Amino acid sequence: MFASLTDRSWLWLAAECYLAGLLLGTYFVVRGGRRSAGWINTIIAAGYLFQLVGLSLRGRAVGGCPLGNTFEIFQFTAWSAITLYFFVGVTFRLSLLGYFTSSLAAAVTLLSLSIPAWDATRRAHIFGGNAWIELHAALALFSYGVFALLALTSGMFLLRHFSLKSKHPGGPFSFLPSILDLDHISVRLLVAGVTLMTTSLAVGAVYWLREPERVNLTKLLVTVAIWAAYTAALGLRLRGRLLSKRFAWVGVGLFAAALLSLWPIDASRYPREGNPPAPAAPR
Amino acid sequence: MSDHSLFVLGATHHTAPLAVRERLSLGAEGAAALRAELAALPGLEEFTLVSTCNRIEFYGVAATPGVAAEVQQVFCDRQQFTAAEFEQFRLSLSGPGALQHLLEVTAGLDSQMLGETEIFGQVKAAYGADQAQGHTGAVLNRVFQKAFQAAKHVRTHTAITEGQVSIANVAVELAGNIFGSLAHTRILLLGAGDIGEKTAKAFQSRGAAGLSVASRRLERAMELADALGAFALPFWLMPVKLADFDVVVCATSAPEAVVTLAAVQAAMVRRPARPLFFIDLALPRDVDAAVAELENVFVYNLDDLAKIAEENRAARAAEIGKCRALLTERAAALWRQIEPRLQAGAGADPAGAGGGEPA
Repeated sequence: MFASLTDRSWLWLAAECYLAGLLLGTYFVVRGGRRSAGWINTIIAAGYLFQLVGLSLRGRAVGGCPLGNTFEIFQFTAWSAITLYFFVGVTFRLSLLGYFTSSLAAAVTLLSLSIPAWDATRRAHIFGGNAWIELHAALALFSYGVFALLALTSGMFLLRHFSLKSKHPGGPFSFLPSILDLDHISVRLLVAGVTLMTTSLAVGAVYWLREPERVNLTKLLVTVAIWAAYTAALGLRLRGRLLSKRFAWVGVGLFAAALLSLWPIDASRYPREGNPPAPAAPR
Repeated sequence: MSDHSLFVLGATHHTAPLAVRERLSLGAEGAAALRAELAALPGLEEFTLVSTCNRIEFYGVAATPGVAAEVQQVFCDRQQFTAAEFEQFRLSLSGPGALQHLLEVTAGLDSQMLGETEIFGQVKAAYGADQAQGHTGAVLNRVFQKAFQAAKHVRTHTAITEGQVSIANVAVELAGNIFGSLAHTRILLLGAGDIGEKTAKAFQSRGAAGLSVASRRLERAMELADALGAFALPFWLMPVKLADFDVVVCATSAPEAVVTLAAVQAAMVRRPARPLFFIDLALPRDVDAAVAELENVFVYNLDDLAKIAEENRAARAAEIGKCRALLTERAAALWRQIEPRLQAGAGADPAGAGGGEPA
């Protein structure tokens, strides 16, 4: 039965699991937040496995990392965020992070699945058989996963901050982690994300220097701008210039900008790369 | 058919005012002596004495109908009450009612501070003491163990223990919302009054890293610091040292704000990334109202804390029905188990009801 499922079917199953995590988490939060983490983690783990199978099938079909169109990029970003959640969630045991991660993954995966145009075509041989450029792309997308998690912890910080400043710390807010814990984890995520993205750009730069004529200038400019913005945010945070609520808003805002930047990057590729859009990979 | 019965006799904060409870209360020696007297009482097959500041209760298994009255007489004689006087404040239940009462007491439903968990430990300690001395048997062993299980079940499956309901504990919980673990949190107490001291103690009991006391009278600060195992700080140094603390408990009787906007702004320049939490318990307020607007600074005054405590109390009260339903169900099931034993005579240990069953 499972053997007949296509990659998209697996990805639909994953998205439904994340959606179930969102709904169950909401139910538990409304009811008082007791006994939720185990269930939500189980559902997220199931979704993660389904998504891994879906992405693996597609990767095998295209003979590389499945990052050939907006749909695949969104799927890979959500998968990266969930991967990181398992490390961050287990290490720091931040309450409600699973719920928020599941919500983000549900939103991103369902959005990508519900817009068929995003997966109607994909670029063939986008990495030109170059393993280094494939590493560059994977690291860049993985750093987006880190920034997704940073956006979540920043959002949680803003909720917690609002609840404390407005003198309403009870109800669903009472299950959020502390201000200081959220701030610490956000700084660590920012350090990790900037490190990954810097490495990704360094690897990509070698390729660009060798074949400058193949460089997509829009992509380069947008990516460097995103990297520079996150690096500047990190610098300001470490120097004590960007703190508390403003730091959290930057975490949320930059991720929204990073996500939105995927469209101009993707749109600019076809004329430049000279590869005619290929039909989407076999399902 | 036997005449064995399960009963509870006593007085609680619901039935007796504080002045009466003071007269009813038993010290450790008094409780030991009373236990010895009760152990010698013919017809009282099993008993446990629960004595806290809000209740004195005897749970017993009587072999004959008049035993509860004899227990009352022994207690009244010791505490110098007449029977008529005691009966004005008396709680007296038997059979399923006694069982339901024990379950509600253990779960904190009968407590003055609804849902508090200290009573669980107090009941457990009382039962442990009587069990160790052989005062309990097959019936009470089962009843108490099931009461502990029921209390845990209620705590896990309802919100009866959630949210703090005392000002001091609400303040500590808020600090936890800001700093997480309090193990690295330094506390400054301004003023040496009673409410400030209680709040400081609550922080200490939750493992706060360090406590300092500053009072406008240094000798009073030193006295309180000694009592709390804290450091004393000259009051005039407070604005300079503010940046060294995470939580400032303000409880002075100063006529105007002693924590100024300028002092807090200066402190935040030295600790920009670490929040500062002011708990203003003073009337008039000790903290300048403008301080609350500063980034990374949180200010809660007495009204704010009282409002949260009241909301938590109301939330707990809303859970009573659910808790009672759970306990009633368990009490009924338990009664079905022990009733045949009581009818048969309580002496025999019912299957699986021995003292070794985990509580």
